[in-house]
Amino acid sequence: MALQDLKGRKVTLHDMCLRDGMHAKRHQITLEQMTAIASALDEAGVPLIEVTHGDGLDGTSINYGFGLHTDEEYLKATVPHLKQAKVSCLLVPGIGTVDGLRMAADLGVSCIRVATHCTEADCGEQHIGLARKLNLDAVGFLMMAHMVAPEKILEQAKLFESYGATCIYVTDSAGYMLPDDVTAKIGLLRANLAPNIELGFHAHNNLSMSVANSLAAIEAGANRIDGSAAGLGAGAGNTPLETLVAVCDRLKIETGISLYKIMDVAEDVVRPIMDQPVRVDRDSLSLGFAGTYSTFLLHAKRFSDRYGISVRDLLVECGRRKTVAGQEDMIESIALEMLAERGKQPAHA
Amino acid sequence: MKINCALIGSGNIGTDLMFKLERSPVLKPVWMVGIDPDSDGLRKAREHGMKTTHEGVDGLLPHLVEDNIQIAFDATSAYVHKENSDKLTARGVVMIDLTPAAIGPFCVPPVNIKDHLGKREMNVNMVTCGGQATIPMVYAVSRVQPVVYGEIVATVASKSAGPGTRKNIDEFTRTTSKGIEVVGGARKGKAIIILNPAEPPLIMRDTIHCLTETVPQEDAIRASVKDMIGEVQKYVPGYRLLHNVVFDGNRVSIFVEVEGLGDYLPKYAGNLDIMTAAGTRTAEMIAEEIIAGSFNPAQYKTAAA
Repeated sequence: MALQDLKGRKVTLHDMCLRDGMHAKRHQITLEQMTAIASALDEAGVPLIEVTHGDGLDGTSINYGFGLHTDEEYLKATVPHLKQAKVSCLLVPGIGTVDGLRMAADLGVSCIRVATHCTEADCGEQHIGLARKLNLDAVGFLMMAHMVAPEKILEQAKLFESYGATCIYVTDSAGYMLPDDVTAKIGLLRANLAPNIELGFHAHNNLSMSVANSLAAIEAGANRIDGSAAGLGAGAGNTPLETLVAVCDRLKIETGISLYKIMDVAEDVVRPIMDQPVRVDRDSLSLGFAGTYSTFLLHAKRFSDRYGISVRDLLVECGRRKTVAGQEDMIESIALEMLAERGKQPAHA
Repeated sequence: MKINCALIGSGNIGTDLMFKLERSPVLKPVWMVGIDPDSDGLRKAREHGMKTTHEGVDGLLPHLVEDNIQIAFDATSAYVHKENSDKLTARGVVMIDLTPAAIGPFCVPPVNIKDHLGKREMNVNMVTCGGQATIPMVYAVSRVQPVVYGEIVATVASKSAGPGTRKNIDEFTRTTSKGIEVVGGARKGKAIIILNPAEPPLIMRDTIHCLTETVPQEDAIRASVKDMIGEVQKYVPGYRLLHNVVFDGNRVSIFVEVEGLGDYLPKYAGNLDIMTAAGTRTAEMIAEEIIAGSFNPAQYKTAAA
């Protein structure tokens, strides 16, 4: 299918800056910022907004960083302020539980995204099941999808389908995928899953491929695409939502989002809260070519400062060891190993 | 003299337990209970001369008396544990619970096995594999000074986590969190489990983070951790400290690796070993009480059975 054939296609764009963006803010977004950003996204016509600690419900921890506020407080600061947008929460089994899911449902969240490593969907059975029972939109979110072949993604997607998932995501957590890989994975899912199952794609921009990959996903049959105003997200950020909307406008893909308004949200509301530029640079690029979970970036910077090992060395080694989402503790462990190999003792020990 | 035991569940944990019990001086594995006639665990059990049933606990009940089963291990799922336990304890069988159901008191042998002596408990819970691997370390810190928050990250090879573990992942995090508080001594506990499918499979790794109330007493904590590592190694020889203990403000981080004996699954699956070895050790203490005559589980039979 050529890109111009996408004219008239309807795509749901899902904003990440209040969840994935929490990583880039070390989970320190204030309630006022939450309310302001969510309201502005709502006003711009964004249909779905994710709000949670960066590592999902109950992600607040030493390993991932304590949130400035609880998920409950963040949801109370967003959900009641929205006129048309719906709110989703991320839930990573092994970190959060159905307790968080019930809390989120009680507060009016309409979509739960159950995130597992791309080979471990069966850890999400009870969460998808409960989300459906509560009449929520139940998404199976297959993380680090670059690590396995399309056939494996299909096998795992079918597990999520069997638990009752309404939508399956191919998630490029490391920002490693190239368009052909996106096409192969989304295409295989589209050809083999029930037509009423929606397909989604979540990008990180570590190789500057997020918009191109998102378009490849739409071409191959995805109708939900994650992005983030100003790209605020882990690593080099998510697909910049305003850029994607502009490209969709060019191709006459229908998003329901006002281009000028989302450009203004990105520029005037989101970019001013950034602690550092969210961009492709030496460190975030390392994530992309090493295939390392994007969230590791700021943790690697912290341990790099503490132990004097370069961020690139840490991230590349994490990739080489095939670490997966949630293994942030490995970054410090690897730094300590590298110090020992280099015959140095940690300065603080 | 050995006490006859039944293993409920023919998955990874149940089958690994068989190997551990075979080496015990006081326990004898007699029955293995499954629900799938073709399961690898039941096949292995038959090869090892055990009696088997694939009809669940109900298939075992008629044989309890003739085979003098006095201790049973439940390695099924938190969802069915209570039913299994009720049926067996009512018939005077002590239940060692290796699911995260946690209806009985927690036992983490190097920390609190002595607390269970003389209690005549009919159901003892082994927390979780992640709990067995980490709670001794939380305790090693909290016995030196107050721990306001204890958090553990357990990373296991995907191949070592069977369907029961996966279906019970929420129960794992809840029960482990509670164990960190109740047994580990942290005021608040949090547990995280990660499954990693890398090949070759990774050895179970656990990171234990504690926040101490006041500035950590580094020398005392280092010594306490070293002692506790030695205690765990008495029954899990492949339990190892990686790196020196990290002190960062009030954060104390301890990194360990758990290599198993390679009885059922290969050595990477230390998560199996630490659970089955802890369960075996707890059952051995109870068996010794039964042998010594200080605990007679039959006395707790209820009329209904």
